[in-house]
Amino acid sequence: MPIFEVENMCRSFGGLKAVDGVSFSVESGQIKAIIGPNGAGKTTLFNLIAGSIQPDSGAVTFKGADIYALPPHKIAEKGILRTFQNIKLFPHMTVMENILVGSHRKMRAGFLQAAFPLPWTYREERDAREKAAQIAEDLGIDTLLDTELANLDFGSQRVVELARALAGEPEMLLLDEPAAGLNIHETLQLSEAIRKIMEKGITILLIEHDMSLVMDISDEIIVLSYGKKIAEGLPAEIQRNPEVIAVYLGTDNA
Amino acid sequence: MKKTRYISLALFAAGIVACQLIFTALGTDYLLIQLTMSAYYALVVIGLSLLMGYAGQISLGHAAFFALGGYLTAVFSTNQLQEVVSHEMLTRLSRIGIVYSSDAHDALYRLHPALSLPTVIIVTIIIAIIIGIPILRLKGHYLSMATLGFGIILYRIFLGTKVFGEADGISNVAPFDIPGFFPIGGESSFRVPNYYFAWFLVIIALVLLLNIIDSRVGRALRAIHDSEEAASAMGVDTGRYKLIVFIISALLAAIGGFFMTHYNAGIGPSEAGIMKSVRYVSIVAVGGMANLWGCLIMGVVLNYLSLRGYFGSYDDAVFGALLIAIMVFAPNGIFKKEIFDKIRHFVSRIPCRFSK
Repeated sequence: MPIFEVENMCRSFGGLKAVDGVSFSVESGQIKAIIGPNGAGKTTLFNLIAGSIQPDSGAVTFKGADIYALPPHKIAEKGILRTFQNIKLFPHMTVMENILVGSHRKMRAGFLQAAFPLPWTYREERDAREKAAQIAEDLGIDTLLDTELANLDFGSQRVVELARALAGEPEMLLLDEPAAGLNIHETLQLSEAIRKIMEKGITILLIEHDMSLVMDISDEIIVLSYGKKIAEGLPAEIQRNPEVIAVYLGTDNA
Repeated sequence: MKKTRYISLALFAAGIVACQLIFTALGTDYLLIQLTMSAYYALVVIGLSLLMGYAGQISLGHAAFFALGGYLTAVFSTNQLQEVVSHEMLTRLSRIGIVYSSDAHDALYRLHPALSLPTVIIVTIIIAIIIGIPILRLKGHYLSMATLGFGIILYRIFLGTKVFGEADGISNVAPFDIPGFFPIGGESSFRVPNYYFAWFLVIIALVLLLNIIDSRVGRALRAIHDSEEAASAMGVDTGRYKLIVFIISALLAAIGGFFMTHYNAGIGPSEAGIMKSVRYVSIVAVGGMANLWGCLIMGVVLNYLSLRGYFGSYDDAVFGALLIAIMVFAPNGIFKKEIFDKIRHFVSRIPCRFSK
């Protein structure tokens, strides 16, 4: 029984069919990667799933519930959290505060409770801070907690973004090119981190250009080209698939 | 963090008490009048600091909310009430106690004080929602334009409507008279209690706002300021949060206007004017935007100086110039370490210059 299903998702921008009838499903606890050449519609597909772009048509279900075309914060409330291809953190907040924003969906205090705090609001805040510190330690950024985000190097920012998403205790994580801009050493650390996340039983949907990383960690791969799904299968199958090879390397008769 | 907050609050309260004691001892307690008025203006400023500094949503129309609170209560507590409600209706309402006549000869009907403040609060919330839902979808310049437009519309309504006294405004507003409590108004015998009442309101508002800022909600607001897209991806209902902050800041402005109008026994259309809105924005900018304490202190100091007439007829020009200067030289406000460092650096180099 898949935890997450996309059916016949479509979205055009003007005359361009950015995502054209894509269907796939993700099993619980699986790492599924979406690959494809630049402009294949991977990030658009992600934005459609996460609610930051409205789809033209299609269907999305998560844990049996319809989440089609919900706004982003509702998708997050359901337990699907994401990272961004071009890191989107909060530059005027510390690393700790950034991670705590991730805990937003797991906390309850609203405006009234914040203005008139009760013992449970303090407890909630303290617990969230402890959890954030724990996540930071797991990912090796615990020394940076009090640093203002704008002062962080690029690699650390990627890790903070991952930590922020984890603080929300997601059931499914959408990672949009997490290795983009990382050096070999940082990419290795990243794949280690992703493995740890997988061990916690979190389902992962991943867009990635780094083929060695994709082949290394993913259970299954979907290949997009010009908005359409052209192949789906195990990494080994995808590597041998002639259509995929044609898309990436071009064909003789092209 | 918690500890320093209580120390700051205690120091601030001590400062308020000290001002009163010193002015009374020196026999210059008429200065308390301007300080009381500054307190009511400070309510607008700290609310705007939450909206602009923390949530990152500019409003160039907050004077309209201040005036809204003031004008409504002015209508409720003067003869203007008879402009909108027929005499028969007023007599009927007076029988059930909703309105009452304070003076048998004058037949001046007023809305019962227990109802006027709640009415102002409810009307302000409704207007803030009606305005806020469409305009808070806008960002940056577009949002400032829309709030500017809103401010101008309300200004023209106050200026052009008979009930609101047109260009003259409404005068002879009775004190806000809660039975068993001293009257909130300009009577000199109640000058000191009124001073403390105004500052009590400011401190209550300040504590509530500080609580909000130091919480999950405050973090969500700052997150919205930095990246709305990322905030919503983490589950923050950005539209709802922005609207609630807009309502809170509108309420603080309206409550400030409400008590100010009773204190001054009147209100005029200039309170709703665009220059007033610009003034609030420039005070928040000088105070450091996302710095409630900075905004509060600048709100008191600048309004006090303005009310005492130190800026003369260049009043609005001073605030305009201040806004430009702060944007050019200290965009993060003047209560920043880097500013003090700059000053210290400058001062420490003075002897070198002389020795050359």
